[in-house]
Amino acid sequence: MPAEEFHEWLRREGRIVIVGASLAGLRAAETLRAEGFAGSLTMIGDEPYEPYDRPPLSKAVLLGKASPDHTELPRRREIDATWRLGVAATGLDMAAKRVRVADGDEVPYDRLLIATGVRARPWPKEDEAQLDGVFVLRTRDDAVRLQRRMKAPPRRVFVIGAGFTGSEIASACRDQGIEVTVAERADAPLVGALGGVIGTVAAELQRDNGVDLRTGVMVTGLEGDSTGRVRAAHLSDGSTVETDVVVVSLGATRNTDWLAGSGLGAGPRGIACDAGCRAFDFRGIVTDDIYVAGDVARSPHPLFGYQFLSLEHWGNAVAQAEVAAHNMISAGADRRPHLWVPAFWSSQFGVNIKSVGVPSLGDEIMITQGSLAERRFVGVYGYQGRVIAAVSFDNTRWLEFYQRMIETGAPFPVDFPTVDRRPEGRKPVPADFPDPSLPTHGPTVTLSGYSPADRHLVFTPARH
Amino acid sequence: MRLVVDLNKCQGYAQCAFLAPDVFAMHGEESLVYSPRAEQEQRDGVARAVAACPVQAITAEGLDGARHGLAEAGREASDAR
Repeated sequence: MPAEEFHEWLRREGRIVIVGASLAGLRAAETLRAEGFAGSLTMIGDEPYEPYDRPPLSKAVLLGKASPDHTELPRRREIDATWRLGVAATGLDMAAKRVRVADGDEVPYDRLLIATGVRARPWPKEDEAQLDGVFVLRTRDDAVRLQRRMKAPPRRVFVIGAGFTGSEIASACRDQGIEVTVAERADAPLVGALGGVIGTVAAELQRDNGVDLRTGVMVTGLEGDSTGRVRAAHLSDGSTVETDVVVVSLGATRNTDWLAGSGLGAGPRGIACDAGCRAFDFRGIVTDDIYVAGDVARSPHPLFGYQFLSLEHWGNAVAQAEVAAHNMISAGADRRPHLWVPAFWSSQFGVNIKSVGVPSLGDEIMITQGSLAERRFVGVYGYQGRVIAAVSFDNTRWLEFYQRMIETGAPFPVDFPTVDRRPEGRKPVPADFPDPSLPTHGPTVTLSGYSPADRHLVFTPARH
Repeated sequence: MRLVVDLNKCQGYAQCAFLAPDVFAMHGEESLVYSPRAEQEQRDGVARAVAACPVQAITAEGLDGARHGLAEAGREASDAR
């Protein structure tokens, strides 16, 4: 069938299956219908809930301003889907074009979208992770459990890992007058995502708000009492912190296990796809019937040398889902590339932290507005003579300006040493990111190299 | 009614916090904290907030009549199990 005819047929009566019923999956489904897809649509999700929003779980919910049971996403339109909720996808047969689900069923597709996202990385010592009072925070169920315990209230909450989620949890504790200790392996919070210069500001912010912040330490063990409830955490500096609630915030793991052996280019770093969201198989050959969107995807970005980026960003999930959905039902020239400029936000201790671009690629930072001491500023990150990212603390209205600079590859150091004539930012300083070869839990953007699949090949050029 | 704010777009103009203070609140200078589910009696306030947002960052369900109520969505989800 010629491509044009095929796509007409697909739009009319094709079968599209979306695995992953969260933000990316829902927005993709809505886009498909908005663009006239009239065939059958199946949504498969491992959680028993219809798509809900996660960012409020570590913010409004922990602050007691929203219920963890009620963060369902508003719908942009009717999607007329068959919902398979509470059943995880367990396998993929690429040749037969079928998705296997946990109840043994097989769901056939003409086009498949994988948006299975990530899950919280658990505390690695299983017996300690099982202790009553040890939590992670990623899902609605996690939030319900944690919130119930926070209401008690606990004598002290102990947070492992000072990435964004860990810092937001600490913030919510202090807001409610709950004592909190944060343990971080790096020298400051947020260093994986924003570097040491900004991390220093984040550390002061935590301490000024009464957080017992311990940096440069690792948690060596969690101790339970005779009833199996957590009672203390032991640190690598020999100290012990008594606590009755532990929140493990060690970042996320990509949900690709179910694709093992399927032949898709999927691994612990995510699923490789091209700029049009089409998944690669394990040989590095692009498929045309399997698409990827959201946190589980890793895709080449033209602004960043076509390196593969994995973005755990709310806005990326939406934008990539829209592109994937459009491309699934469009022929060649009508397809669009996913060119979203990375952007994220965090809200902690009453400060609005936002970023555009990829800070972790930057090797230098210049404070161009405001001052670090006031915790109200914009910092610009430079990489190989160009602007690669910007971060703002309570200065969000300027970010659009810097986004334009990133998009146009504006030179770094920037032409204007500061916008508001503060002394601080006249010169770029090292951005002070940790050694990228060491694992960190809070980058939110992961550079995952050039190779489209996880297969390790050695390329030997022909001899002359 | 369900709502979501695109906080990448949000620039802390706080119009929503004035128009529907039970749903939207500022936390610090420019951080927005909101309840993802608003009660029916807050509907008018939310509608005004959606309209007034200078960056159009708020999506609320069922304001334009394009979308059915929550009960139907709940049924849709439970049917599937």
